[in-house]
Amino acid sequence: MTTVSIAKAKKGSNLNKVENTNSVYLTKQLNLWYGEKHALKNIDLDIKENEVTAIIGPSGCGKSTYIKTLNRMVELVPSVKTSGEILYRDRNIFDADYSVEELRTRVGMVFQKPNPFPKSIYDNIAYGPRIHGIKNKKILDEIVEKSLRGAAIWDEVKDRLTENAYSISGGQQQRICIARALAIEPDVILMDEPTSALDPISTLKIEELVQELKQDYSIIIVTHNMQQAARISDKTAFFLNGEVIEYDQTDAIFSNPSDKRTEDYISGRFG
Amino acid sequence: MPFAVERGFHMRPSVQEMIAQSKGKKNKKIIEKIIPIILFLIASVSVLTTIGIVVTLIVETITFFTRVPITDFLFGTTWLPFSNKEAMFGIWPLIIGTLKVTLIATIVAVPIGIGAAIYLSEYASETVRRIVKPVLEILAGIPTIVYGFFALTFVTPVLQSFFPEIKIFNAISPGIVVGIMIIPMIASLSEDAMSSVPKHIREGALAMGSTKFEVAMKVTLPAALSGIVASVVLAISRAIGETMIVSLAAGSTPKMDGDFTGSIQTMTSYIVQVSKGDAGYGTTIYYSIYAVGFTLFVFTMVMNILASYVSKRFREEY
Repeated sequence: MTTVSIAKAKKGSNLNKVENTNSVYLTKQLNLWYGEKHALKNIDLDIKENEVTAIIGPSGCGKSTYIKTLNRMVELVPSVKTSGEILYRDRNIFDADYSVEELRTRVGMVFQKPNPFPKSIYDNIAYGPRIHGIKNKKILDEIVEKSLRGAAIWDEVKDRLTENAYSISGGQQQRICIARALAIEPDVILMDEPTSALDPISTLKIEELVQELKQDYSIIIVTHNMQQAARISDKTAFFLNGEVIEYDQTDAIFSNPSDKRTEDYISGRFG
Repeated sequence: MPFAVERGFHMRPSVQEMIAQSKGKKNKKIIEKIIPIILFLIASVSVLTTIGIVVTLIVETITFFTRVPITDFLFGTTWLPFSNKEAMFGIWPLIIGTLKVTLIATIVAVPIGIGAAIYLSEYASETVRRIVKPVLEILAGIPTIVYGFFALTFVTPVLQSFFPEIKIFNAISPGIVVGIMIIPMIASLSEDAMSSVPKHIREGALAMGSTKFEVAMKVTLPAALSGIVASVVLAISRAIGETMIVSLAAGSTPKMDGDFTGSIQTMTSYIVQVSKGDAGYGTTIYYSIYAVGFTLFVFTMVMNILASYVSKRFREEY
């Protein structure tokens, strides 16, 4: 019942949607193993630019693994093996000569738990530009302000930029982390359950922020929370046991799922 | 580029453009290749030094065993290297001397060290902790030579005033002082182990109606046991290798008995005795210090391996 009302509410906001044609990420026959465990099975997904793509599914379905594969953070697990392709802007990120650092300079990430550096708020935001060679103080000041404004937290922290980033609340920390990602003006932002450790009000703020950021960035967000996916995303992919069961316009997924398992999941019958 | 223009900021290249232009890129790649090699070389310095020391120790020890049969060394019970007639090199008196001092040090240090750790981690207020911890660190920073004459000129006379049979050089006084020396090590490492037991585990026990002491003894201590045992073993290993205190206060009489009140000699103080004397290069006595040093090395190495085994094997998962 809830799903129906959400779908209705969602439809209103999406009426004049123009179908997007540019792919930012094109995944082809992606398989991934953790040692013996087959965690992602024959994934095909076409993720469009300037959209919010939500990835939903029960725990252990591979949704976090998938999003971490998009910037190859998944390779930090030593026993990982992959096959297939992920084309980011038409180039396979698994190519031997593809530099991960370059990929991650273009693709920002926000993690499940806020993970600011134990440095000042300013230094957190300036970290990315600095390591990539931007040293001009004036430009850095401007980037920091713009990023904090972009993450809708400027007004809250503008007088305490020199304070340690851990002196602020968890919800604010998460927006600092978003600002940190924005500071190098990435092309894509990956968000791995960015609100799961936050209270409802902070969650709301981040959801609003995602809506704003969508104008300039392509956003891929993993979420545990189906209402959240319904509220903020344009497309939704439903993962189950390492497979993509259904991938469609969010409206379609929530109002008229074509697969029985999707319907069961979004109506709360499992997961 | 997105974002840069429309938000009312003055024009400048986008961050990604500036990144693309920044020069550092090529250097970065080279640095990333060279750094691990340099760091590897730096790390190998310590490994190579260790290997060098051990090899020297072994080579000189082998030379010693060409002059003195290894069985005499390992099973002999008389240590008389300076004898004019027939020198005897049975290591046991030195081992016994070392163990006497270590035993007393352990008896002194383990209860006090662990007690202090329990107090600091379970009972002490933040203020107390802020005072006691630095004091412990000062204790750990006192040069051992100072401990040595503290043992000789203060502890021994005090002991003699209670027990007149104690000689000026004995095993008890340096044992106590070596114990004092290793207290900070036990206290501080055990305290670290106990404070790293998560708060929610303690809360679980308190919520069952346990007293603070019950929580400390039945929950925190067992949970931190591997760390505590490891700290004790490491501290004992330090006590075995301790040199200055015993050189000053324990005497130089290698003995095979159970007497703690008279002069003894430990492995370390024998090495000091020979090193500062004038045993010429190439004499049997000269080589004997390598054999004793090697024995000492085996002792402390076994203790250190034991410590790391204990802390790995019995680590509680939380």
